[in-house]
Amino acid sequence: MHTRTFVAAAVGLCLVTLSACGSSDDGGSAADSRTVTLVSHDSWAVSKNVLADFEKSSGYQVKVLKDGDAGQAVNKAILTKGNPQGDVFFGVDNTLLSRALDNGLFQSYEAKGADQILPEYRADGDKHRVTPVDTGDICVNYDKAYFSEHKLAPPASFDDLVKPAYKNLLVTENAGTSSPGLGFLLGTAAKYGDAGWTDYWKKLKANGVKVVDGWEQAYNEEFSGSAGGKKAGADRPLVVSYASSPPAEVIYGDPKPATAPTGVSTGTCFRQVEYAGLLSNAANPEGGKALLDFLLTAEFQQDMPLNMFVYPVRKGAAVPAEFTQYGPQAKDPETLDPAKIADNRDDWVKSWTSLVLR
Amino acid sequence: MDLARTEVTGRAARAGNAARLGLMAVPVAFFAVFFAYPVAAIVARGLGADGGWRFGRLWDVLAQSDIRHVLWFTTWQALASTALTLLVALPAAYVFARLEFPGKQVLRAVVTVPFVLPTVVVGTAFLALVGRGGLLDDLWGVRLDTTVWAILLAHVFFNYAVVVRTVGGLWSQLDPRQEEAARMLGASRVGAWRTVTLPALGPAVAAAALMVFLFTFTSFGVVQILGGPTFSTLEVEIYRQTSEIFDLSTAAVLTLVQFLAVGAILAVHAGTVRRRETALRLVDPSVTARRPRGAGQWALLAGVLGTIAVLLVLPLAVLAQRSFDAPGFAYYRALTGEDGNVFLVPPIDAIGNSLEYAGAATAIAVTVGGLAAAALTRRDAGRLVRGFDALLMLPLGVSAVTVGFGFLIALDEPPLDLRGTWILVPLAQALVGVPFVVRTMLPVLRAVDQRLREAAAVLGASPWRVWREVDLPMVWRALLVAAGFAFAVSLGEFGATVFIARPDNPTLPVAVARLLGRAGELNYGQAMALSTILMVVCVVALLVLERLRTDRTGEL
Repeated sequence: MHTRTFVAAAVGLCLVTLSACGSSDDGGSAADSRTVTLVSHDSWAVSKNVLADFEKSSGYQVKVLKDGDAGQAVNKAILTKGNPQGDVFFGVDNTLLSRALDNGLFQSYEAKGADQILPEYRADGDKHRVTPVDTGDICVNYDKAYFSEHKLAPPASFDDLVKPAYKNLLVTENAGTSSPGLGFLLGTAAKYGDAGWTDYWKKLKANGVKVVDGWEQAYNEEFSGSAGGKKAGADRPLVVSYASSPPAEVIYGDPKPATAPTGVSTGTCFRQVEYAGLLSNAANPEGGKALLDFLLTAEFQQDMPLNMFVYPVRKGAAVPAEFTQYGPQAKDPETLDPAKIADNRDDWVKSWTSLVLR
Repeated sequence: MDLARTEVTGRAARAGNAARLGLMAVPVAFFAVFFAYPVAAIVARGLGADGGWRFGRLWDVLAQSDIRHVLWFTTWQALASTALTLLVALPAAYVFARLEFPGKQVLRAVVTVPFVLPTVVVGTAFLALVGRGGLLDDLWGVRLDTTVWAILLAHVFFNYAVVVRTVGGLWSQLDPRQEEAARMLGASRVGAWRTVTLPALGPAVAAAALMVFLFTFTSFGVVQILGGPTFSTLEVEIYRQTSEIFDLSTAAVLTLVQFLAVGAILAVHAGTVRRRETALRLVDPSVTARRPRGAGQWALLAGVLGTIAVLLVLPLAVLAQRSFDAPGFAYYRALTGEDGNVFLVPPIDAIGNSLEYAGAATAIAVTVGGLAAAALTRRDAGRLVRGFDALLMLPLGVSAVTVGFGFLIALDEPPLDLRGTWILVPLAQALVGVPFVVRTMLPVLRAVDQRLREAAAVLGASPWRVWREVDLPMVWRALLVAAGFAFAVSLGEFGATVFIARPDNPTLPVAVARLLGRAGELNYGQAMALSTILMVVCVVALLVLERLRTDRTGEL
């Protein structure tokens, strides 16, 4: 009798605890069809007025979930695809595209304006599971002051980086954990081929390349050319970053310098393309489609460069003057077929990790 | 009369046993649903393939040289960290146990602060001290970031309190007259210590060493922040494989390996704890401590105080100092601003989030842990119960990312569709809080004289009434202490929270980590300011705890 009371009390307590949990949902589900939820990485940014224009014209409220860095956001989206956290995912790039597609992250939708996308950025044939949104080049950046002081020409190509003149000057990111790090590795794989890239990295390692975990650390703590690096007393004049980093140094400079303090080694570039897609089990597919259409409008495409420091993929979209002035886009970047990346990425990263880190 | 009494007691005991089984139902259900099921789900996702199992992956993974490298590093850094911690903290255990000096209580709280601080803050504090542009760099150009020394020192900093409290707590209750008697009989000072005190302390030292080994073996935040890409523990590797490389099968194998290792450590630990609980006759700690006498003791005291100042207080002070580095409290004021780049809410909101989450987590942990402790009270409980005792400690050693991802994929369908709700975070935090509640309450509950309960039962009290009238008055302080620990641990929990905290509701440690991940002075300063706030909240919770603390036999 007493025992039963006891058990009943205990079970009751448990249920109270659980039901308290269940009932205190503070509105996470996007059942409201007027709300459309965008899941993205931490770098997502858009001008307030541009987003407001879309909300006004479409009638949808946009909710944004920034879910960690690019790779982590993709992985979480894949793990939760049965019951996704939003309707549209933005921010999977060509290096991870196959992971998203193979795992069935997206459903087909051909966004309005897809015919306006420059042909070299299109992907996924006529299945239209993803829509290209922006592009950018991962390139070695150099500290102009360092090279003029040392009367040394900055490296122009991958080949230059292994020359004795540039010993102990380069810092790059962990290819296993950072997307510019991975891009740089893929650039070398594209340049030197399956057989040659490991030899190249052996030489790079012998020439004193330093590897840190993420872009933030590489660029802001190790690279002597960035504003952050100057404050931190950084001592590496070469860093793997983006072709758009020099304009960013000018735009976020205080006071704004007349010319960019950093430059791009244009022979070391790998082209990255970022895609968005309608999530497979989206609660609000109609809203998601409207949002995808919006990402391809000239208004959004032209707003994007100064917010996320990437280039538009839409034909004829204007690129801000700062971009062309301080950091011209690489003429002939390395590229890799996404299928080839899909087949080799994990093996390359593993070999790279053993070769360079261990 | 005697017969009748035995008869009644027997019945009461049977009812008590049944009641205990009933009590176990809640913790068992809790651990089954919120620990075993999500962890099994993520491991199964990694190792399952088209209806079959890929156990062959186990050998594939373990055969890889870089994985073996990780295993090797995990083990030796944990051994080195444990040895270094014992070396530095054992003299302090003696000082706290045997010497009386002003400010001892406050100091005891201070040395415990690092233990409950989130690893991300500890990592930050050490970077501020030994990293680029850190204090040592400014003074002598010495930089230890991305060296193994930074990791080892941070581990000592972190686990100092475990040794001081576990060993020192027991040491203060050993009767010094036994050692004196041995010396009267002609033993040398060293000989007396070796034959009398050391054997008595042995199990406590072993238990502390195993705890430190467990915490450093599964170290995540410290290695992640201080180790750079070169050093990786099993726990960090599980995080990288799951979150970045997305190799779920490798992560699953590593999770199983860690599971086995932790299970072994806990089994040994349970053995040493049991030995410790039985053999000793203890005295009141207030009679064993004296003012230092002789140059040796004064030197020891000075040495310990100096070590604490350099190793524990300095990193915390550097952290606080950095947060005031801008004129007019700029970093603190920036916390209230809305920064569209990092968060969707002002960082200051993270404080409110953290307090709410930790409050809910504490309620859950105290409920579940309290019931478990009540069920485990009897020493003569069977093997099953003792096994459960060890099982409750498992969440301390299982990768937080495994639990976090497990939550994401396992708790997303009715009737357990919790993924969109805020309760997910407190549930994950409570998992880590429960072991502390159990470990704090169990010794006190076991100290309650069983005859009191029997007497009450004989007089006709129901088990509930017995608990309310006999146990509760004696354990409410322990309950508060346990709640304080659970609160502090929840406040600092980072690993699981970082995966399941909704982007618009970051907790303090998550906000600190995100701010540290962004470029720019202001972000760095804000991270320091938030860490300092977190530190202050922890210190306040601990000082309140220290005042309430009555029982010194507890393990933490």
